Amino acid sequence: MWINMGPQHPMTHGLWNLRVKVDGETIVDAQPEVGYLHRGIEKLCEGKTYPQIIPLADRLCYGSSLTWSHLYCMAVEDLMKVEVPERAEYIRVLTIEMQRIVSHLMWLAAYAGDLGLGVGFVYTMREREVFLDLFQSLTGARITYNFPRIGGVAHDLPQNFERDTLRAITFFEGRLKEYEDLFEGSKIFMMRNVGVGILKKEDAINLGVTGPSLRASGVTYDLRKDLPYSVYEEMDFRVATHKDCDCYARYRVRMDEMWESCQIMKQALKKMPEGKWRIVAPRNAPVGTGLARVEDPRGEGMIYIVGDGSDKPYRVKIRSPIFVTVSAAPKMLIGYKLADVVAIMGGLDMCIGETDR
Amino acid sequence: MNLFEFCYGIIHWLVDLVNHLWYWLGDVLPWWFGDFFDAVGDFAASQGHLSVMTIFLEVVIVVIIALINVLNFIWIFRKFMGRMFDFYGPYYVGYGIGGWLQNLADGIKLFVKEIIVPAKADKMGYLLAPIIYIGSSILILATIPFSENFGVSTNESGTYVPAGALFALAAFAIAPFSILLAGWASNNKYTLIGGMRSAAQMMSYEIPLLMTVASVFLLAGSFGFVDIVDAQHDIWFAIPLFIGFLIFLVCLAAEVEIIPFDLPEAEAELVEGWTTEYGGMRFGLFYFTTTIRSYAGGALATALFLGGWHGPALIPDEIWFLIKAYIVYTVFQWMTWSLPRVRVDQMLGIGWKRLLPLAVINLMIAVALKSMGWF
Repeated sequence: MWINMGPQHPMTHGLWNLRVKVDGETIVDAQPEVGYLHRGIEKLCEGKTYPQIIPLADRLCYGSSLTWSHLYCMAVEDLMKVEVPERAEYIRVLTIEMQRIVSHLMWLAAYAGDLGLGVGFVYTMREREVFLDLFQSLTGARITYNFPRIGGVAHDLPQNFERDTLRAITFFEGRLKEYEDLFEGSKIFMMRNVGVGILKKEDAINLGVTGPSLRASGVTYDLRKDLPYSVYEEMDFRVATHKDCDCYARYRVRMDEMWESCQIMKQALKKMPEGKWRIVAPRNAPVGTGLARVEDPRGEGMIYIVGDGSDKPYRVKIRSPIFVTVSAAPKMLIGYKLADVVAIMGGLDMCIGETDR
Repeated sequence: MNLFEFCYGIIHWLVDLVNHLWYWLGDVLPWWFGDFFDAVGDFAASQGHLSVMTIFLEVVIVVIIALINVLNFIWIFRKFMGRMFDFYGPYYVGYGIGGWLQNLADGIKLFVKEIIVPAKADKMGYLLAPIIYIGSSILILATIPFSENFGVSTNESGTYVPAGALFALAAFAIAPFSILLAGWASNNKYTLIGGMRSAAQMMSYEIPLLMTVASVFLLAGSFGFVDIVDAQHDIWFAIPLFIGFLIFLVCLAAEVEIIPFDLPEAEAELVEGWTTEYGGMRFGLFYFTTTIRSYAGGALATALFLGGWHGPALIPDEIWFLIKAYIVYTVFQWMTWSLPRVRVDQMLGIGWKRLLPLAVINLMIAVALKSMGWF
């Protein structure tokens, strides 16, 4: 029996369809179908000037919008050969890591809700508010920030931002410990996660899976370490990996990443130099190409821009991590129970905005 | 005075009042009309008729009071969930009484919604399933007495149906059948899986549940609620049968379908499970009935394990009973919101590999206690 889980379904967290063929409760086949939320962002970019695309890049993913606008700015800076001031780089690292925590918290909330853990959903969303408030004081917005600029960032840090951030981190680290107790202390949570949705190392590499899902399969691959962009080479952090390849490993990797993000934020605040936070970038890009790759909270994001000498890009290509990762769904799903679909697909942290672009 | 005497008085008074009319008609009407109305009057005044009408009235009173408590339960559910989730819960509808009227507002809202039957549904099953589900659940309420004097009894001395607890459990176990029927008749894949899960779930929890209850019956030496509660006058059965009490709570959570075991309506994977195709007041009644079952579960746990209406005499017996039932319900809610949902195969594993051996051990403890003459 084929069951459509989607496009309108509590499991999907967005508009996509997972068709599963079940034999009783056991899944014998699965087909992910994406494309329901295609907005033509790549084409839209061709009609806009370079700065106008920044808010559009924010809309790629509601969960981690700042990562995408930052990625776009990096690509354009590569195209225009613009040097970003060091303070701007530190502010970017600080905000990206904050965005990573916000994104992972939203994932954790959705995951808890999928598994039926009511308080998990509410508490993680509550702690997300702390960082959203910080973002609000920094950028004026809570979800789509429009903060990075070509050649820097929009504003300097506001007054007392450093103090507030350190307080938030201290508060959050306590709460993170609490979540670990809440989730891992629950026998049922472990029953639902350990040994479910195995994605072997070779399969993960062959299917192009990136990000936490890949690291949970035991591959130490993190662009922040392997191809340091911005000022990540100055930062001292550990790449969270896990060798179990199951849903629990994916959960664990994301939790560890949140711990590491806290450390990176602290270091960024400590090492942040004084100086300019933005330089004025040229209006027109030269003829040529720009490429940037970042470690998105969901995997490897890449933007490739072709400039034609005008103030508008000739072509923008966006590589979405989840668009690739979702192709691993049949590998992970087949053989498990119908109830495991929510654990497995929830563990991938689907974001349809970036998938369908 | 117990409830039977009270209701008997009312019925007797009413029958006397109406019999004036019948006998007057018997006097004034011609021969065979008169005989007929005289016979009606005689029948109305007969002992059998009075008893049956009294029991009807008792059932109505007990069920209505139970349903009012169920409204409280929904309110507690919302307020407690709100507190656990860091919000206030209902507040404005019924401002000043903690948002108590929110339930009624929701009821009115659901009541005015259009009732839609899916085009390809099996009409008969689709319409019959809610009736069975709701009817069997309300049936449970009639069997549970609030105290020795406040329950559905069959004569003046307050004799209860001797198999009341057995009857309540039997009525409890009808619901999975109606869920299966609803799931099949709705002609929807999600509801079908939900219905099948309900049947699978019943197989896993029903046997440990009944074995645990059997140990209570063994210690009390009776199937009736009043005798069971009386047997707990000195010590609650939850203390000697502590394992049994825990098994009973777990199985009851599965029986009333709350979150660790709400597989038939697992909303993450099955949208709304077996209730997916039901809308309007049918859905509202399902929602209400789920709480009725939770109330009945709490009342059963209270009567079978927590000493029923026994407590310090400062508070009336009935209130003691309700307080305990409320506490059991709140513990259920606490469990609901702080635990994830199990899987179907894990549910079967829990039922057959964990709970069943424990239930056997519990039964052996009960047999040992009974044979040593401690109960």
